[in-house]
Amino acid sequence: MKYRAPTSIDEAVELLSAHPGAEVFAGATDLIPQIQGGRPEPSLVVDLKRIPETVRLEAENGFWRVGAAIPAAVLTAHEGLTAAFPGLVEGAGLIGSDQIQGRATLGGNLCNASPAADSVPPLVALGAEAIIVGRGGERSAQVSEVVIGPSATSLDQSEFITEFRIPAPSRGSSDAYERFIPRTEMDIAVVGAAARIRVDGDGRCEEAAVVLAAVAPTVVEVSAASGILEGRVIPHYSGRDAFWDELGEAVVACCNPIDDKRGTAEYRRKVAQVLARRTVVTAARRARETL
Amino acid sequence: MSRTHVTCVLNGDEIDFLCNDYQTLLSALRDELGMIGTKEGCGTGDCGACSVILDGQLVCSCLVFAPEVEGRRVETIEGLAEVDHLHPLQDSFLEGAAFQCGVCTPGFLMAAKALLDRNPSPTETEVRYGVAGNLCRCTGYDKIVRSILDAAARMSDPERQKEAT
Repeated sequence: MKYRAPTSIDEAVELLSAHPGAEVFAGATDLIPQIQGGRPEPSLVVDLKRIPETVRLEAENGFWRVGAAIPAAVLTAHEGLTAAFPGLVEGAGLIGSDQIQGRATLGGNLCNASPAADSVPPLVALGAEAIIVGRGGERSAQVSEVVIGPSATSLDQSEFITEFRIPAPSRGSSDAYERFIPRTEMDIAVVGAAARIRVDGDGRCEEAAVVLAAVAPTVVEVSAASGILEGRVIPHYSGRDAFWDELGEAVVACCNPIDDKRGTAEYRRKVAQVLARRTVVTAARRARETL
Repeated sequence: MSRTHVTCVLNGDEIDFLCNDYQTLLSALRDELGMIGTKEGCGTGDCGACSVILDGQLVCSCLVFAPEVEGRRVETIEGLAEVDHLHPLQDSFLEGAAFQCGVCTPGFLMAAKALLDRNPSPTETEVRYGVAGNLCRCTGYDKIVRSILDAAARMSDPERQKEAT
């Protein structure tokens, strides 16, 4: 196996086009354990971290551009990003230990294509676009379109993600992410849930997105959530209001979970409802605080 | 197969070494440079025994390809003590009996250093989260956590610092 660290997008695309067995990486926190676990080594690994576009982090013209190869530790320490997207930072901050945080990236978390990836539900809830480069030039795709199944993406062999473009939150808008694991650190989500909520001046929900992890082969958006939550004043605690039951039913309708050592399918359906309510409440509270 | 020439700053000194592209930083440190203070545990980023600080970030050196450190700063356990005295964390670990077999200790010390660099007065909870990526099969963790808290107190108290030097 050879290692290359191109310093431009063109150089990286050339390497990938010339070496069909090549693979890109940033943090290697999934790649190296997979190789250690017996997966055949790629003939060439292409390190994306020296390409300036992949490590850029800035807000411009109503968007945040977040480099796909920035380690989670840098994202969680960034005050502007944390204020804009607290839920995304929560998701990124839950990936592994401090050691893993020093390496793991949003691009890697997405392209590893695990249904349980913690940073993906907030990216989808925020309507983030992935900027993808490859032999055919540059294109963009919704983050929700990148992963097509466990360990499978829609990217071709010469393509990689340089950055994510995330619409800057409008006034009255915020997000949240929570996951459930049986302990407090160092585990993979049994269920994860992200919510993005926009409220009007009276605290009434104007727009909502709820996205779930680890309950289906890919991250799934609860598309009915917006219709259920719009026009509601979302309380500080999810109580007995009937719309929570409606949200719960919509959540369950999106779940297609597996039974495994982390939880049964039935358990995941239950936990998904609880986490969806909690993240909606948290995102709505944060949204009100921006007014 | 031709080997790759890597230049980096290791514990403050500019050094260079030859490695194979598939080698990890852990393997380069131990097998090419003879720096065997950094330990190998799981080799998959779960146990933290191989923790080093790379450009200010705590990482598992088993999850870094050796050629990646070209031009970068690497801090290992060998650079923790000063010439004539131990780092306060090392003093606290010794006094607090924070290790038994010792294999996890270099990784815990580097994780604790990274934590205190970022947060000089952590709470017990913050310490426990800060070393959540390090496994110890001997101590039950309590002595390690208490020793890190003791080192933090020592480092923020000028009187105790004077004592140590």
